Amino acid sequence: MLNPDLRLNDRLFDDDVAHTAIREGFGEGLVRAGEQFPQVVVLCADLTESAQALAFQKKFPQRFVELGVAEQNMAAVASGMAAMGKIPFITSYAMFSPGRNWEQIRTTIAYNNQPVKIAGSHAGVSVGPDGGTHQAIEDMAIMRVVPRIQVISPCDAIEARKATVASVTTGTPVYLRLARNKTPVLTTEDTPFAIGRAQTVWTSRAPRVGIIATGALLHNALLAARELERRQIDVEVMNLSTVKPLDEEAVVALARKTGRIVSVEEHQIHAGMGSAVAECLARRYPVFMHFIGVDDRFGQSGTPEQLVDYYGMGRDAIVGAVRDILEREYPGRALRGIA
Amino acid sequence: MFARPLRVSLSDVKRVELKETANDIRESIIEMLVAAGSGHTAGPLGMADVFTVLFFHTLRYDASNPKWDGRDRLVLSNGHICPVLYTAMAYAGYFPKEELKTLRKFGSRLQGHPHREFLPALETSSGPLGEGLSQAVGMAIADRMDGKDGQRRIYCCMSDGELEEGETWEAAMLAGRNKLHNLVAVIDRNNIQIDGFTEDVMPLEPLADKWRAWNWHVLQIDGHDLDQIAAAFDEAKSIYEKPTMILAHTIPGKGVAEFERDYHWHGKPPDPEQARMALAELRTLGGKIASEHQ
Repeated sequence: MLNPDLRLNDRLFDDDVAHTAIREGFGEGLVRAGEQFPQVVVLCADLTESAQALAFQKKFPQRFVELGVAEQNMAAVASGMAAMGKIPFITSYAMFSPGRNWEQIRTTIAYNNQPVKIAGSHAGVSVGPDGGTHQAIEDMAIMRVVPRIQVISPCDAIEARKATVASVTTGTPVYLRLARNKTPVLTTEDTPFAIGRAQTVWTSRAPRVGIIATGALLHNALLAARELERRQIDVEVMNLSTVKPLDEEAVVALARKTGRIVSVEEHQIHAGMGSAVAECLARRYPVFMHFIGVDDRFGQSGTPEQLVDYYGMGRDAIVGAVRDILEREYPGRALRGIA
Repeated sequence: MFARPLRVSLSDVKRVELKETANDIRESIIEMLVAAGSGHTAGPLGMADVFTVLFFHTLRYDASNPKWDGRDRLVLSNGHICPVLYTAMAYAGYFPKEELKTLRKFGSRLQGHPHREFLPALETSSGPLGEGLSQAVGMAIADRMDGKDGQRRIYCCMSDGELEEGETWEAAMLAGRNKLHNLVAVIDRNNIQIDGFTEDVMPLEPLADKWRAWNWHVLQIDGHDLDQIAAAFDEAKSIYEKPTMILAHTIPGKGVAEFERDYHWHGKPPDPEQARMALAELRTLGGKIASEHQ
């Protein structure tokens, strides 16, 4: 069942659940951040509307900088503005920022310890028809590997808005991973949010598998959990919207409780959220894992739904992964009769 | 070669003072490089005169209060010439001159390329080329937003080789478009880079025209003429509609005949014998006077 403490959208399993793009939540968050914090400025590289900086630009034209198609410059200009006390948000598609300007982000933002916020829209294959060049599925890997950068991958537009405002005051660089396509609204105004805190979204009496999801695929993870419940397979689902810093205690507790983990992310399996979880569990509480994500391939054109299914990230793929992992036996534990 | 005659802007006393300081800075650069056993020689020696004028004529700062809000900002884009920056800072009183010999050593505040976490008086950490101008542009834009562009100025020092990085031109366009009059950049036009002479590796000329095309105010100076250097920085303060670019024509390795104009000295330090020879040359001002060390 859904965790009542989170006050989630009680219609999230309905066919006509409200859909809003995660990037739109970011755009609303930018305006709120601008209202609350006069130091907030926004930089854009010729994608003002699409990257959702338009509302901020209209409200605070004096605090908006258009750089043209120049993402490398954008990162370093933002570093310079942060050095003068500003809290800059740089906005583009994730493929170009942090894709193209990774070294500028590493050197002028992270190494320089400037609190620039990097908002990468159009992350994941669900970008759809634009095709593989515009579908960033390596972005979390290249951001979480850089010291100091916090990585947040919100599950819906409301969480994106909260994460955007919360990112202002971290004092660190933050990467906000955003998606283009309209996706179900899973949380509500009343759902708590804090950077670095994982949440148990779905619980069962005796969960045998823990599903850890990040981003909009949390919805598919919940659909899978409900389907598994029908088949009398109890699972627990966690929303891991902050991929770095990792909420290690929550991840370890879930592994301890369930003994098996399935990670779900719209990202390369290599070096993504599941890898971050595996790095933690290998050290603190090793369990079997299964990784739902893009398996060392590039994206392509299609509808978001087609692509999510094709790359094995749909509800049924998650159900299948849970069934697979339940069939695996821990040799040592089986021998000792503690599996 | 030069865009316009520049007025003499230094008093006779000041000029002599600066000349002696520049020479002392060159000696310290040689000493710190030989102690480090690695590092860049040609660029720091070539920019000693420009840094001397910056730190002892142009820049407003308080070495005893490095974070003073009203200070001018100096962004070193070509971080590899940090020996000249560190030396100028030591002579300006930011830290003891003895510390210069810790360059590139474990635990030193003087990292091989500048890192502001180790030495907080630095404005930026740098080394990867082509990024400093963007950061300086960001600083200038922020000051324009806050109405502080009349209170302090943003300076950026760049190399000529690093202009081959495309980001430089992204920053150049933005600065010109935004008419950043509070921004002054200086290029160490010494015509060398690691693989050879710039005009052989990747021609940059006509360089002044490129900056003019992006709506910069361009000055060309002899980067070893203290009056011209000072006058150029002074003139930049009177330009209200454009950022200013100073092309400082310098001789790489300036001050030590054996090092001058030879690109092989870009990225290596002198060995102890070469350093002895170089110091003797600097201490006698090229044989013109007797060294007190002899």
